[in-house]
Amino acid sequence: MTAAEQFLDPVLAEGPVLTVSNLSVSFPSEAGRVDAVRGLSYEIATGEVLGIVGESGSGKSVSSMAVMGLLPGSARISGSVRFRDTELIGKPDVELSRIRGRRIAMVFQDPLSALTPVFTVGDQVAEALQVHRRELSASAARNRAVELLDLVGIPNAGSRAKAFPHEFSGGMRQRAVIAMAIANDPDLIIADEPTTALDVTVQAQVLDVLKTAREVTGAGILLITHDLGVVAGVADRVLVMYAGRAVESAPVDELFARPRMPYTLGLLGSLPRLDDEERRPLVPIEGQPPALTNLPAGCPFTPRCPLAVDLCREVEPELEIVAMAHRAACHRSSELVRSDATDVYGVSTLAEAGTGEVPRGERPVVLAVRDMIKHYPITRGTVLRRRIGTVHAVDGVSFEVRQGETLGLVGESGCGKTTTLMEILSLTQPERGSVEVLGRDVTGLDRKARTRLRRDVQVVFQDPVASLDPRMPVADIIAEPLVTHGVLRSEIRTRVPELLRLVGLRPEHASRYPAEFSGGQRQRIGIARALALEPKLLVLDEPVSALDVSIQAGVVNLLEELRVRLGLAYLFVAHDLSVVRHIADRVAVMYLGRIVEIGEVRTVFRAPQHPYTQALLSAIPVPDPAVERARERILLTGDLPSPADPPAGCRFRSRCFRYTALDAADQRRCEQDDPALERTDAPDQQVACHFAAPYAVL
Amino acid sequence: MARFLVRRLLNYVALCLIATFLAFGLASLTFNPLAAYAERTPPPPPAAIAAKRAELRLDDPIPARFVGWIGDVALGDFGTTTTGTPIGEQLFSRIGVSLRLFALGTVIGVVVGVLVGVTGAVRQYRFTDYASTVFSFVILSIPVFVLAQLLKFGGLQLNAAAGTTILYFQGEVTPSFRGSAGAELLDRLQHLVLPTLAIALQQIAYYSRYQRSAMLDVLGSDFLRTAQAKGLTRPRALFKHGLRTALIPMATLFAFGFGLLLTGGVFTERIFGWFGMGDWLVYGIQRQDTTIVATVTLFVAVLVLLSGWLSDVLYAALDPRIRIR
Repeated sequence: MTAAEQFLDPVLAEGPVLTVSNLSVSFPSEAGRVDAVRGLSYEIATGEVLGIVGESGSGKSVSSMAVMGLLPGSARISGSVRFRDTELIGKPDVELSRIRGRRIAMVFQDPLSALTPVFTVGDQVAEALQVHRRELSASAARNRAVELLDLVGIPNAGSRAKAFPHEFSGGMRQRAVIAMAIANDPDLIIADEPTTALDVTVQAQVLDVLKTAREVTGAGILLITHDLGVVAGVADRVLVMYAGRAVESAPVDELFARPRMPYTLGLLGSLPRLDDEERRPLVPIEGQPPALTNLPAGCPFTPRCPLAVDLCREVEPELEIVAMAHRAACHRSSELVRSDATDVYGVSTLAEAGTGEVPRGERPVVLAVRDMIKHYPITRGTVLRRRIGTVHAVDGVSFEVRQGETLGLVGESGCGKTTTLMEILSLTQPERGSVEVLGRDVTGLDRKARTRLRRDVQVVFQDPVASLDPRMPVADIIAEPLVTHGVLRSEIRTRVPELLRLVGLRPEHASRYPAEFSGGQRQRIGIARALALEPKLLVLDEPVSALDVSIQAGVVNLLEELRVRLGLAYLFVAHDLSVVRHIADRVAVMYLGRIVEIGEVRTVFRAPQHPYTQALLSAIPVPDPAVERARERILLTGDLPSPADPPAGCRFRSRCFRYTALDAADQRRCEQDDPALERTDAPDQQVACHFAAPYAVL
Repeated sequence: MARFLVRRLLNYVALCLIATFLAFGLASLTFNPLAAYAERTPPPPPAAIAAKRAELRLDDPIPARFVGWIGDVALGDFGTTTTGTPIGEQLFSRIGVSLRLFALGTVIGVVVGVLVGVTGAVRQYRFTDYASTVFSFVILSIPVFVLAQLLKFGGLQLNAAAGTTILYFQGEVTPSFRGSAGAELLDRLQHLVLPTLAIALQQIAYYSRYQRSAMLDVLGSDFLRTAQAKGLTRPRALFKHGLRTALIPMATLFAFGFGLLLTGGVFTERIFGWFGMGDWLVYGIQRQDTTIVATVTLFVAVLVLLSGWLSDVLYAALDPRIRIR
């Protein structure tokens, strides 16, 4: 159903479930009052899915907490939130608690901490029932809880209900939270980043469960997310928030096809897409969202807006109708009809790599990993330690990275990506197999030689906050590797400003501390530090996953540019396949400590052969509503098996959809033979599957 | 789980022996139990001293003496003091005194301490929080003997104001008091109020600080928000989901707090004239009596290890995440 059809749908005639008008929320802070939400208005119809999209700090979560009445006492709230005919703002806690969980339910971001650790999952679901229905007996509530857990797809719900939250995986916990949310058949479900903390394949499962929840309860859903792909697939209407305000709202197709606010346009342009055929530069939105204390007059997006004129600096635009059911808050929205993000933001095209002309086979190998193994023992006993099992973290991994290329290493959490990285970075002999850096086997290196080799292999970490010492000025942070390797002081003095300029920061800022920089800038500092010793290979461990999309685009572009300019090789670990699709030349897909498919990015993404690669690609949402609706999802069943006890034969078999479709004789082959990586017909692609067959997921 | 706890217990026996041996050895090396005899006038005949010497086995090597003593202990005989009184009798009567003195104060201290801590956390940065913080720091910074004297002084004032003795501050009971069971109980209570206050106040101050920070950790947690989103009112969510979780880190403190109190109350016992274990240790040192010191040390060691064991049990009971199947 398109949004226009929905507009004529009789459900809408019932009137909105929730009407938020002119909602404002502010908090006290040391720098003055923070205006987290500023005059937000929207409504949700019965059974409608409204997606609220925004970057961190845009006020999307705060506004939903205000609806639930769950903000701390220090928050000042004004405006109106009407649920059906009841005004919620100003209601005392006791009355709100009768609505919460019964009429309005909520699903939170982090399923790890959303459940009380000391009560069983079943009891917690049963509690949601009993709070609102006192007459319900304990055993009836428990039985209903089991039914609900079964409904959201928890296998053996009867016995699993007696388990504690820590015995559940992340995806299972989120299912339990959803079971709680639908327990009392609510009219509205608020889902605050419900899949952000989950792996993509699990995300696809949970979104599917949310869909079930909507069908079962007929509730309206308020879906808060930063992921435009998720919104494209799930929402009917989308509201974009920036600096505490709604800046654009439209039916989902309209918004993605014809955004009328430069911020939305930029956001869409900054997303790397899985279905991109050619490499195009991403659109970074310069700068960062404003601090929400003492906002100046005018449009808060002005400092980052390529179209800003004087009027924008003086008057903040209202959210006004620009087309049918489409509102935007921009003075120049009429000029944005049919504009392209790259034109508006003026992005230069990428220079092609100097090494691009040299065929891959003739470029030197920078890193060669052969049959690497890393097992962790599971032991018991304190005095007399004995081994009772083995975690097969990395179990025979081989790949090569050549000069000037990027190898993307992807897989879900627990597949061994990070262990692989750490083994390589340790530059010591692996448990089994070998690691060669620039043609030198690391086995038998003495300390001195190892330190020398470290110059050529540097690393950028995931968390730009934790990976920089907060007590060191930026100049010292960047100089540290140089000092360690005994570079002359005078040389360091000229090198630091050079490096800062290289990563797009101002050399004048060298004396500042990390806290004074934004997330994106801090990651640039991390990159500058990694580049200080002019390495040949840069190991990037999820370098952009902690950043907002508009910031992420800038860092991705920078990495791309640096690789071309400096002829670097990257080993790029990520769970976001869209980013990998964008940045990598080759990709290796890992599952339970093994590489199941490796090859040239375009081949692997266009015609993946391993069922796991296919499922992984299929789970990733594409920020295009039309494409999303037409896609057939391959849903994997269950969770990642424990790496301490991988299935015999093919490790993927326990979740493999192709395996279940085989006849008994073929199935036996999967159960007994562990498939090895083998070449396919494509020039650069290897797959570890007995029944490999291409399948276009996109 | 049971096997794990049994194994723990066996380890503890060894630790107890080591601790007691060290105390026994140290006391044997430094004490001179015969000094008291030597100073008597007229001095006792050398034969009597030699007999005492033989009786106390002072010429045997220390390990041999220890083995002899601990062997007797295992059979239930704790030996005698230098003056010849059996240790066993005294031991159990003194444990009884200490228990009667500390049980009430500790229970009050734990319960009120937790409540004060939770209130402070829930009303963070409001008057109640500041008031309990100031109270805690004042109490914690007053040495116990000063606090006890202050309480005594307060008791005196109260008695003077009332014109009759409401609170006693010496001993467990009025020595010559005879009356009905109710009257005797009242007499005991009148003796108990001040030392109990001295113990409870300190414990409240101590536990409330820890409970406050444990509760603050929990207050910001997502599961409290979930509980409220389910429809629990805030107070109910705080009590059922918040406090229950915030008690987990307190288990260790409670267990050790209780174990050590019985022996840590030297000052309280001495000041209020209760002849408990703490008092006994001081007496033993004054009399240079190795057996008393070793017995008290053994008792402390047993208590400390039992507390550790108890804290393991409590932890497992409170936190499903660490239960071992």
